[in-house]
Amino acid sequence: MTSLNHKDYIKEDVKQDYTFTVYTENRIGILSRIAIIFSKRKINIESLNTSPSEIDGIHRFNIVIQETGDVVRKLARQIEKQVEVLKVYFNTNHEIIWQELALYKVPTDIIAEQVEVERLLRQYGASAVVIRKDYTVFSVTGHREETDRLVTALEPYNLIEFVRSARVAIIKNSRGFHEKLKEFEALEPSEEVVENEFLNKGDNVFTM
Amino acid sequence: MLVKDVLQTKNKETADLISCSGSEMILKALIEEGVETVFGYPGGAIMPLYDALYDYDGKIEHILVRHEQGAIHAAQGFARVSGKTGVVFATSGPGATNLVTGLADAQIDSTPLVCITGQVYAHLLGTDAFQETDVINITAPVTKWNYQVTDAAEIPEALAKAFYIARSGRPGPVLIDITKNAQLQLAEFEAYKKCSHIRSYRPAPKIRIGAISEAAEVINKATKPFVLFGQGVILGGAEQEFTAFIEKSGIPAAWTILGESAIPSAHPLNVGMLGMHGNYGPNVLTNECDVLIAIGMRFDDRVTGRLDKYAKQATIIHFDIDPSEIDKNVKADIGVWGDCKETLPLLTELVKKHSHAEWLQRFSELERQEIETVIHQELNPETGELTMGEVIRTLNELTNGDAVIVTDVGQHQMVACRYAKFNSSRSNVTSGGLGTMGFCLPAAIGAKFGAPERTVVGIVGDGGFQMTLQELGTIMQSKVDIKIIIMNNRFLGMVRQWQQLFNDKRYSSVNIESPDFVALAKAYRIDGQCLETRENLRSALQTMLEHEGSYLLEVMVGKENNVFPMVPQGCSVSEIRLK
Ligand SMILES: Cc1ncc(C[n+]2csc(CCOP(=O)(O)OP(=O)(O)O)c2C)c(N)n1
Repeated sequence: MTSLNHKDYIKEDVKQDYTFTVYTENRIGILSRIAIIFSKRKINIESLNTSPSEIDGIHRFNIVIQETGDVVRKLARQIEKQVEVLKVYFNTNHEIIWQELALYKVPTDIIAEQVEVERLLRQYGASAVVIRKDYTVFSVTGHREETDRLVTALEPYNLIEFVRSARVAIIKNSRGFHEKLKEFEALEPSEEVVENEFLNKGDNVFTM
Repeated sequence: MLVKDVLQTKNKETADLISCSGSEMILKALIEEGVETVFGYPGGAIMPLYDALYDYDGKIEHILVRHEQGAIHAAQGFARVSGKTGVVFATSGPGATNLVTGLADAQIDSTPLVCITGQVYAHLLGTDAFQETDVINITAPVTKWNYQVTDAAEIPEALAKAFYIARSGRPGPVLIDITKNAQLQLAEFEAYKKCSHIRSYRPAPKIRIGAISEAAEVINKATKPFVLFGQGVILGGAEQEFTAFIEKSGIPAAWTILGESAIPSAHPLNVGMLGMHGNYGPNVLTNECDVLIAIGMRFDDRVTGRLDKYAKQATIIHFDIDPSEIDKNVKADIGVWGDCKETLPLLTELVKKHSHAEWLQRFSELERQEIETVIHQELNPETGELTMGEVIRTLNELTNGDAVIVTDVGQHQMVACRYAKFNSSRSNVTSGGLGTMGFCLPAAIGAKFGAPERTVVGIVGDGGFQMTLQELGTIMQSKVDIKIIIMNNRFLGMVRQWQQLFNDKRYSSVNIESPDFVALAKAYRIDGQCLETRENLRSALQTMLEHEGSYLLEVMVGKENNVFPMVPQGCSVSEIRLK
């Protein structure tokens, strides 16, 4: 890991991957309110994952888009403005650890007969999830390029079906959200609540 | 115990618990929130609420409008003059969708509203039931918050949150959709608790003193500082704090049309209106000032013109309660987050007493040019057709600037905002961000309920009047006293002006015919007259103002007059044209 901090990775005018991490109340309708913020500006969401976070009652979204730093910062503020959003972070790929899960359904007899397939699966660290007479399902976790490559590689061997999850990401320098949440729950808004890139120069994680 | 007895005790127990229907809870909540006036229209899915309302006669006044759009614009007018939250009732389906324009208007102009819509029974949701629409999703982009209630027990909390969210921070419209079963359902009702905190919602960011002292330092060094203010000053109730700041620092201040009445028109530091049809000096000098201090305004494109040529020479300081506004359109060198009622006094403390006489002189010079080229002729024509400007000038003379002026959208709006005089805040009500034709008549009705002791004058075009004229029925029935001036140029004037200037005078669908407006008003038992000549202008306005009850004055103004100055779209503010 380099010693660059968050601001150094943001390129104001160049499009690159950004991963938003959004903490929200677990409320019906918040997904559509967040989606509207992107669609209103005709911005395509590349990947979206939402699931309960480690904190009871709080959901965590990961949203991946390709945009400029300038646009991403504005989007983050619009998302954070939603009444039921607790916190928004955005990070470049350098600042996160991320994975996608892919499932591959392959005819079992092919695997049994073709040594090459077995070699491929081993190479990609695939693990068998289900083995049936007619087909076997393997799972691979990794980045998009890796799971894509395996799709191409398996295609000549009658790959039956393939599916990939959205990106889930962990921010490298995050100290977690628990402490912040305690402050949110306090009646008085905390210092943390108002920090921004100007206030927060030393911190590698952008918070709003 | 016999089964019968068991049942009886059970009923008795529950009878003690059951105290209130969902509908009654709604009304109790409104009373607790200090609501006295509601604008609305009944229908199937909201009938239980209207049934409960029957018993609240004398406690909550319900104004029956003629269209739900009228209800919401009335609530907006009410909120804008009173500073209170406007409340609307509408039924499901078409009733709810008729609110959408007003919600969008209130959202972009930050007007606090709580709209309560009826919804089909919870068990019918998603079945395309009669008058079912997905109002939560339809209104998500145009509400600050919305929520669907399907159980009566949720009502007190949902409404408490609704009022808190609508009025706190940067205000906005909230919609609460309540299924019919929840309105009918009986549930326990404890004392209503107002909401003052939601953990995921921060109405105002915490103030950073550092940014304020940085701003003060820059301001103290400035030789040509310029203040732009918007409705944020009014919404924050910071008129005094704002005046104290400009008076101590001696900085000239110009307004967006929503900020207009925050300081009196006659204030020596009030240099006029910004934007496309704003004053000459403020537009030109935006590109000459050395420090630009924006307070509670959002750099709308109608204010900034071409952005890449906007105030590039200036250090930009932006005060706003909404962090997402800072850097949104114009990058701020110093962003001051927070409620300007709190930030301005801190700034005033730190700025040096100053008077920028020479700099102010620049504004006066340009004002003189504008008066000579545009204003004099607009306000004091001696021959030719009546102008909108002279109507406003004469109105100023008769009301002394004490009236609430509500405008519609178009040329008359720009003329009214340019020339109307105001002595006090919350006196100029107009649809700014959305530019909603049809806003004036219902908003004027609402404004009268919001400020019953004040004279309310609605100024509207012949086009816009015909968008919501059915609200004359509301005036008739509710005996509202408003004065309506229709500036009749027999054109959709603003669009015609653009077609003349930018489309080679190819007048495409801007020629609009109107009914006999005076006869129409008479049909609603509203008095009025049509004025065609200059000689009678003053007396006609006088008659209107002195008339007991509502009055409609139609003024036949020049057909093809244009509003100038003008910053043509795509041009920089300093390229403003005087003719
Ligand atoms: C609901 C709506 N539809 C269309 C427009 C576009 N528009 C803006 S100004 C204008 C003309 C208004 O004409 P009129 O009401 O006669 O006022 P005038 O400009 O002549 O004073 C139109 C059509 C609008 N602002 N709102």
